[in-house]
Amino acid sequence: MGYHWNWLVFAQSVPTGETTFLGWLLAGLRMTLLLSAVSWVLALALGTAMGVLRTVPIRPLRAIAAIYVETFRNVPLLAQLFIWYFVMPELLPFGERFKQLNPMLQQFLASMICLALFTGARVCEQVRAGINALARGQKNAALALGFTLSQAYRHVLLPVAGRLIVPPLTSEMLNTFKNSAVCSTIGLLELAAQGRQLVDYTSQAYESFIAVTVLYLIINVAIMLIMRQVEKHTRVPGLIGTADR
Amino acid sequence: MYEMDWSSIPGALPFLWKGMVLSLELTLVAVAAGIVWGTLLAIMRLSPLKPLAVFAAGYVSLFRSVPLVMVLLWFFLIVPQLLRTVLGLGPNTDTRFASALVGFSLFEAAYYSEIMRAGIQSVSKGQVSAASALGMTFAQTMRYVVLPQAFRNMVPLLLTQAIILFQDTSLVYVSALSDFFGNAYRVGDRDGRLVELLLFAGAVYFVLCYAASWAVRRFERRIAV
Repeated sequence: MGYHWNWLVFAQSVPTGETTFLGWLLAGLRMTLLLSAVSWVLALALGTAMGVLRTVPIRPLRAIAAIYVETFRNVPLLAQLFIWYFVMPELLPFGERFKQLNPMLQQFLASMICLALFTGARVCEQVRAGINALARGQKNAALALGFTLSQAYRHVLLPVAGRLIVPPLTSEMLNTFKNSAVCSTIGLLELAAQGRQLVDYTSQAYESFIAVTVLYLIINVAIMLIMRQVEKHTRVPGLIGTADR
Repeated sequence: MYEMDWSSIPGALPFLWKGMVLSLELTLVAVAAGIVWGTLLAIMRLSPLKPLAVFAAGYVSLFRSVPLVMVLLWFFLIVPQLLRTVLGLGPNTDTRFASALVGFSLFEAAYYSEIMRAGIQSVSKGQVSAASALGMTFAQTMRYVVLPQAFRNMVPLLLTQAIILFQDTSLVYVSALSDFFGNAYRVGDRDGRLVELLLFAGAVYFVLCYAASWAVRRFERRIAV
């Protein structure tokens, strides 16, 4: 096809001279990891709280959590991101202050809020499924022992449900890292965006895309290996699918 | 405080509708192609032929590890060149729609294949044994015994995945293809009414997807055994 392969392109220095093209990719990788990790932690906290609300015997609280989940599941991630980045600063009272921030920080914050709320809705559904999967007797037994509802959740339901849902949460975690690529559309210089920028500057599209794809694969494999260990330690003995392999 | 002004939406409706048609076309073709290719992948993965099983497993994990945005960028790079060399199209032909179609179909096939694999595995083993006792080949067993039941079990999941796919089509934004979301953004950008147009687009997606998933849930309850 007449394409000139040139893998040494990564060693060339960028136009501004302060780093190489490889340096750009690694900066993008750092951004992807930072953004996804922070968003994941926030999503886990929010999703757990909402997942509990989704199962409590108090109707208004359940409704709030249901509205949250339905809203964030039924609007495309890209639309949500644009709404956080372009719309919310105009509508929210502290929007003016937000617009005076460093543009990179604006992009990062909008991406973080967007990914956290989007992923939180998915985590919430997993937490709910985990709690509902427990035998009803567990909660009743806890209440009969004189636990308050919040104690029952804190000491009985959540610890077991949390262990049950490690595998689905792993795949949500992987999704968070993949979804962070969408944030390149608002100009955040994460991995995918750096890859495209490299193409614009060097027109070595194949090398750049292969490198970016491989980096995403590495992120994926690393998380899977880590989570496999976590899964091994948190597995509930005696349940189907938890037998030693 | 920001003053809302929705007046640029009514005039833009035909343009937005054109975008919606493109989004729906993309969804329908990718769902159809994804289910067919995904089913084949699932069969390969469960087939006794080792190389096929390895290929299918590798394909699925590759596509499931890479962000959709990257997959789309890949296909916007490769497909136009392929079309030009294979079909001899001129450099001015717009290949973005074809690229997006191929990208979405191949990407979603990986997800559909996992759904179909679960569906096939949900059919009890005795049925397969019974079929082979009756002298059916592997292909016949799949075609007449396993797949019809696997499809029926998996219809709700296949439809839910189609809703997700419809939302994902908004990502063709990366290639400036004129889908519903892209057109809404363009109108908002042109009129300086990005706030209203983005909220409108979000609301339209919400209504469509919420209605669709509600319908899927109802359907699921109706066919539940």
